[in-house]
This record gives sequence, structure tokens and C-alpha cells, in this order.
Amino acid sequence: MLSLQGATVRFGGRAVLDAVDLEVAEHEVVCVLGPSGSGKSTLLRAVAGLQALDAGRVSLAGRDQGGVPAHRRGVGLMFQDHQLFPQRDVGANVAFGLRMHGVTKGERDDRVGELLELVGLPGAARRAVAALSGGEQQRVALARALAPRPRLLMLDEPLGQLDRSLRERLVVELRELFGRLGTTVLAVTHDQGEAFALADRVVVMRDGRIAQSGTPLEVWRRPADAFVAGFLGFDNVVPATVAGTVADSPWGELPVPRDAPQGARTLLVRPAGVRLVPAGTGLACTVSARTFKGTHVAVHLQPPDGPRLEAACALREAPETGDAVGAEFDAAEIVVLD
Amino acid sequence: MTARGRGPRGSAARLGLMALPVAFFAVFFAWPVAAIVARGLRTDGAWRFGRIADVVTQPDIRHVLWFTTWQALASTALTLLLALPAAFVFARLDFPGKQVLRAVVTVPFVLPTVVAGSAFLALVGHGGLLDQLWGVRLDTTVWAILLAHVFFNYAVVVRTVGGLWAQLDPRQEEAARMLGASPLAAWRKVTLPALAPAVAAAALMVFLFTFTSFGVVQILGGPTFSTLEVEIYRQTSEVFDLTTAAVLTLVQFAAVGTILGVHAWTVRRRESALRLVDPALTARRPRGAGQRALLAGVLATVLLLLVLPLAVLVRRSLDAPGFGYYRALTRTDGGTFLVAPVHAVWTSLQYAVAATAIAVVIGGLAAAALARRDAGRLVRGFDALLMLPLGVSAVTVGFGFLIALDRPPLDLRQSWILVPLAQALVGAPFVVRTMLPVLRAVDTRLREAAAVLGASPWRVWREIDLPLVRRALLVAAGFAFAVSLGEFGATVFIARPDNPTLPVAVARLLSRPGDLNYGQAMALSTILMVVCAAALLLLERLRTDRTGEF
Repeated sequence: MLSLQGATVRFGGRAVLDAVDLEVAEHEVVCVLGPSGSGKSTLLRAVAGLQALDAGRVSLAGRDQGGVPAHRRGVGLMFQDHQLFPQRDVGANVAFGLRMHGVTKGERDDRVGELLELVGLPGAARRAVAALSGGEQQRVALARALAPRPRLLMLDEPLGQLDRSLRERLVVELRELFGRLGTTVLAVTHDQGEAFALADRVVVMRDGRIAQSGTPLEVWRRPADAFVAGFLGFDNVVPATVAGTVADSPWGELPVPRDAPQGARTLLVRPAGVRLVPAGTGLACTVSARTFKGTHVAVHLQPPDGPRLEAACALREAPETGDAVGAEFDAAEIVVLD
Repeated sequence: MTARGRGPRGSAARLGLMALPVAFFAVFFAWPVAAIVARGLRTDGAWRFGRIADVVTQPDIRHVLWFTTWQALASTALTLLLALPAAFVFARLDFPGKQVLRAVVTVPFVLPTVVAGSAFLALVGHGGLLDQLWGVRLDTTVWAILLAHVFFNYAVVVRTVGGLWAQLDPRQEEAARMLGASPLAAWRKVTLPALAPAVAAAALMVFLFTFTSFGVVQILGGPTFSTLEVEIYRQTSEVFDLTTAAVLTLVQFAAVGTILGVHAWTVRRRESALRLVDPALTARRPRGAGQRALLAGVLATVLLLLVLPLAVLVRRSLDAPGFGYYRALTRTDGGTFLVAPVHAVWTSLQYAVAATAIAVVIGGLAAAALARRDAGRLVRGFDALLMLPLGVSAVTVGFGFLIALDRPPLDLRQSWILVPLAQALVGAPFVVRTMLPVLRAVDTRLREAAAVLGASPWRVWREIDLPLVRRALLVAAGFAFAVSLGEFGATVFIARPDNPTLPVAVARLLSRPGDLNYGQAMALSTILMVVCAAALLLLERLRTDRTGEF
């Protein structure tokens, strides 16, 4: 459906998109994940035709889009802060794209009703957009983007400004909706939870380049490098030398899975792979801090030397700050990166 | 699609938008001014630039230059002194009647200079209110000119500085207070730096307007005081010394160019990122004796300096029993005019409508071109050039029209369109100034959203930009209307004797002796004031109607 080859955008000499190759298949939901400034919004704008490429090409359904202006590309884009037209009501916002495509009044009204029904706002057509809540605006923006039946729907931080509970509910609704409609979707977000919940495939971006691409499960289980691991929220990342099933690290000798790559590597230790044992066994540590995470407690451990270590611990078993404990490691929760 | 693939299309669109404004200003501004300068400085096919030095070193010309500069500086300082407290009051205090007072303060700015001149004459002149009460006359002193300049430009400071002040987020000051700053220190360290560029921009505008002052000085200055502009008029129409007039035009051109350059610079600095909020949220009821005294002081200033002169003007126009002066306006036997003076009202309105239409088209196109994100250095330069007609001697432009536009294919001397064209020249910069910020404030992503939904660039303009700027367009048209209604410097040259505009008729009446002529001038000024004030109040309604900030 969508294909980017060597897509490059430079702002004042700096490459914001750096030779990006990306394929999105029909009916696929792809989520681009990255910190702010990683070039993910520029990627969407380049596909939409709002941002000219300095090199490379964008093709839609096999056709090169070079020289095709935004209004003839037939893609939909939902903007980060929705950008609803303030002087038009909800119905007129949704009908805008249909009007631009010369759809008759009768058909427009039918389609607007249908779409508002679909996004859970039946009968809202006459409401003013200024009177909508954030969640409602998001739904109207989605209905507006879907109305002209774009061959590719793009979402820029679709749930960015909404509060947490609403975001979690809408993510599920969006996922169901895209499944039902069979829409091809390219979304960008900086929120890993959103990306993992929404996408068939996650693309992690860093400094204008693609750092990793894979299913949410693959990316979660095997981050490609220290950057991806860090971005996913893992702090227990250290250099280590792997020999057989043992890795020599600043935290001592850690067990690693049987098929791990050998030599000088980077090691990721998931907090769940750090078991707390009574002081005297394992790696001797002091508890420097603990934060309550709802389902578990994150315990920060300070070994005598070497970097801090985070462990996930059941609520009942969490030690107090200042306690001396031992740490043991579980090979199944340790990933050798690179 | 490459960056280069997109560039040419953007430039083509921009050039298309710019073509008409550029042609307009070239033919109706640059050419007439150049013609005047050439007429003065060229003899027998050779330029005589040595004459510049000859003229500038004449003692009486140096006296004019000196007076022009220092009265402009003094006027600017006095205006800032009196108007800055008002800027605070309008921005941060909430009191009953604020909307009405805001409109009242703005009325003088759109009033014709001739009206202001006659209003102050009625207040401080021979037989004026102060003369009757205490025997005080100021029309022979520079104070009459300075006060009239404050009268005019009070609104410039209140609007420019107060407008920004009202939108400054008070939480910035609160943040400074939480960090240990006293109220005064917080104001000095946080608010003042944010306001400084606006104060500078307002001061420069006031300086520009007073430096090029014509109508006010012409009426109040008498034989003693003469600004550059008045001197240019005298040299052109009384002494017939075109060389001196041309040199003075060049001097004023250079001065105005410098002022506008500095102004453009401060405006750019003003556009630096400030946290702006809804003005309605920052105003509070006055608290404490200090704020109440300030409010009272501002109200008193407005009453004495802005309302009183206009009230006296109206009062003087009613001096003759049974609206005698007004009835005299309908007769032709005064000998001053070929037609009844009241006919000037109709003439003025017709001219103003035509001038407004021209100014809106020219100014609107220019603003649309300037508002484009990809506007380059060249286009931004044009932005500053557009302001030049505000400062270049209107007298020169008027006289230049007569000299330059007298040959085929452009022989317009006999055409009525000549007056509206000259007035549109002064009105267009106001249209650009009003439209440009609004066009720039339209979120580019709204346009992008429309484009992605399938709207072509032309549809984007019609569907997104136009609805958002429609109101600004009306406001701009109102300004252009008021400006062309009051335009005096250029019109005085090119209006046909049998078809004077209101300001020209007023000036002509004032130049004749006798109570009847004087009274008629007051009556005509009152009519002109009412028309301008009505136009303005209509605009104020449009402005307050708007939802949200432009």
C-alpha cells in the first residue's frame, strides 16, 4: 500500500528523516514509536504531501507521489491537536472532505450520520466544536479523517492530550474500529503503551532513522539495542562479556539464555528477572528507593560498586528503604542485545 | 516530490498576488514622487545634487528641520507620559463603561487632522473657551500643537501597549513573586521587558505621525511654527520653489525610511515568543487607593484632553441661533465655494467609498502575499515599503499626481478617480497592518487539514482563511474609509475647486476671515467628526462581537 524508499528530509542541514525505508501493507496497522524530535511527525507529513522530500520517494499503491499535491493524494491525516475547523459545526467538519470531493448533499448527510454513529457521537452534527470535550474532539477528528474513505489513514499522536483512563478506553475502541473497517493505518506516538495496544507492527525511530521494526511482542521481548530498551522504559542496561551461558557484568556473573550471542555485548535485565533474597546470598545491595507501581513495587538497589539496579517485587515482599538485601538473576528475563 | 519541485509554484503564487500591489505603488506612489524630485533637482537634463546642500544649509530651513524634530520628540514623550497609565488601566483594570471609554479614546485617531486642528482652535484659540474663561490663548504657542498631537496619538499607545499588556499572562509575574520578587521588581523584571518592544513600536509610530504632521500644524502653527510637511506645502503652492520642496521631500523620505526601519526591527522583536492569554481573564476590579487614583487620573485626562476639545467644537458650531452655521452650509452665497459647502459631505463619501474599495483590494492582496509562510526576504522588504506612504509627504504625492499623471496613457488630471487613488495610497498600509496579523495567526495546520481532506489551494483560501479574516477585512475597510475621509495633505492639491472634500472645505473656511466662515468650519468639522465616529463605533461593535482572539 505505502512504500517509502530512502525518504530524506533535511531542516537546515540536519536530517530529520534519514534515508527511511518503510512498507505498510494493505489493512495493516503500523505504529511509529519514538521520542519527540525523532522525525516521526515529519514522516507523516512527507507521506501526506505537506512536507517535500529532499531525497528518496513515497509511493502509494505502487504509484510515485512525487509532485502530487496533498489534496490529490487521497490519504487521511488526523492532526495531533485535531485541528477541527472552529467556525464550522461538527457535521460540517465531518462533511468537509466529502464536499471537497464533490459528494452530493444528500449522500453527505447520510455519511456524516453514519460516521458519527461509528465514532460514538450519534446526533452530534449540529454541535459547535468549541463545546466538545477533548475525547469528543478526538472522535470528530477521526470521523472527519475517515469520511472521504482515504486509502491510508494517518494519525499523529492520536490520543496525546487525553487523560489516562480515556486514552486506554479509546485505544481499544480504535483497534476494534480499524479491525472492523479494514483500514490501513500509519500512526505515530511517543507512548509505548498506545503503540503496543494499537499496532500490528511497531516501528521505533531514533534521530530520523528506523531503530527497530517488528510486532509489539517481538519489540518488547527483544529490543534491538540499548536505545530501544531505554525508550521502552528499561533501565537495567549494562555492558557485559558473554561466554557460553554466563555474562561477565558490573553486577557480577549473570546467567544468560543458551543461544545468546557471544563476546562483548549489551545486557538487558528485566526488573522481573531480579529476585530479592536475604542478605548474605547473591549480589549484596542496599535498597535506595522504592516506588509503588500498582501491581508491584519497583525497588531500586545500590550494589557496592556498579550501576543501580531495578527489581520488580510483589507488594507484600517489598523491603524498606535502607534494608540490606541480596539479588539473584533469572536467565529467562535477561536479553543479550546487539 | 522535492523541495525544489515545490518552490517555484509557491513563488509563482506569491508573484501573482504581489503583481497588482507592486504595480499600484509603482505607478501611483513611486512615479509621482520621483517626478517631483526630478522636477526640483534636474535642469537641462542634468541632476543638480549640489542643491541639496544649498537648501539644507539655509537658516530658515534648518529652523524648520529643528522644529520638526524637537516637536515630534516632545509630542512623543508627552503622549507616552499621558497614555501609558491609560494602557495599564485598560489592560489590567475592570470598570463599568470600559468598552465605551475604549471607543471614545479611539475616536480622535480616526478623526481628520483638520477636525482636531479646529477643535483645539475652538478650545485654546482666539475667542476659544480658555480665552473666554481666563483670557488664556495657546494657539500662538507650541503647546497647542503638542496637545493636539497627544489628542491624536493617545489611542496609538493605549491600543499598541495596552493590547499586549492585557494579553500578558499574569502568572508570569506571579511566578516571579513566588521566587521572591517584590511587586515592583516583578513588574520591572518580567512585565516591562515584555512590554518594551511594544512601547518602542508605539513611540516610533507616534514620532512618525507627529514628524510628518500637516493638518494640525497648518491650522495651529500660524506663521511661527512650520514642520517639514507644512514647509513643503508652502514652498510648492505659495512660493513655487520646487527645488526646495524636492529637497525637503528627500529629507523627509530619508527620515521616515529610518524610522520605519527601526520600527520593523522592533516589531520583529515584539513577535518573539510571549505567553499570551485571553485579555478578559487578566483584568481585575481596581484595588487600593493607588489604583483608584490612577483610574480617576486617566478618566480626567481623557475628559480634558480628548472629550473637551470635541465638545467645544460642537458647542462652537451651534453658536449661531437656530443652527445658523449648519444652515449656512447649504447656501452658495458665501463666496468661498462654487457649490454649497454641504455638498462636500456627499463628495467626500463618494470618494471614500471608492478609495476604500481600492485600498482593500490592494492592501488585501499584499497582506495575503506577505502572510505566506515561505515569504522571502524580498517580500518582507516590501512589507516595510508598504508603510512608506504613511510617512512620505502627502503634499508631494498630491502634487506629484498632478505632474506625473498628466500624459497619455495615464492622463488622470480631469478624472474624479485621482482623489480616491491618492487616498487609497494612505489607506492601504492600514489595511495591510490590520489584515496581516490575522492572516498570520491562522494556524497553518488548519490549512493543511483542509488540504489533506482534498481542498485545492484556492479552496483552502476560500474555506479556511476567508471565514476567519472576514471580520478583520471589515475592520480594515472601516479604517481605510475613515482615513480617506480625513485625508488632507494630498487631497488639498488634487481635489477640484468646485468639488472639495470635507477636510479641504474646512481648511478653506478656516483660512477666510469672519465669524460666519469660522462657524461654518466648526459645523462642517462636527459633521465630519460624526461620520468618522459612526464608522468607528460600527468597527468597535465588530471587534467586540468576535469570539476568541484573532
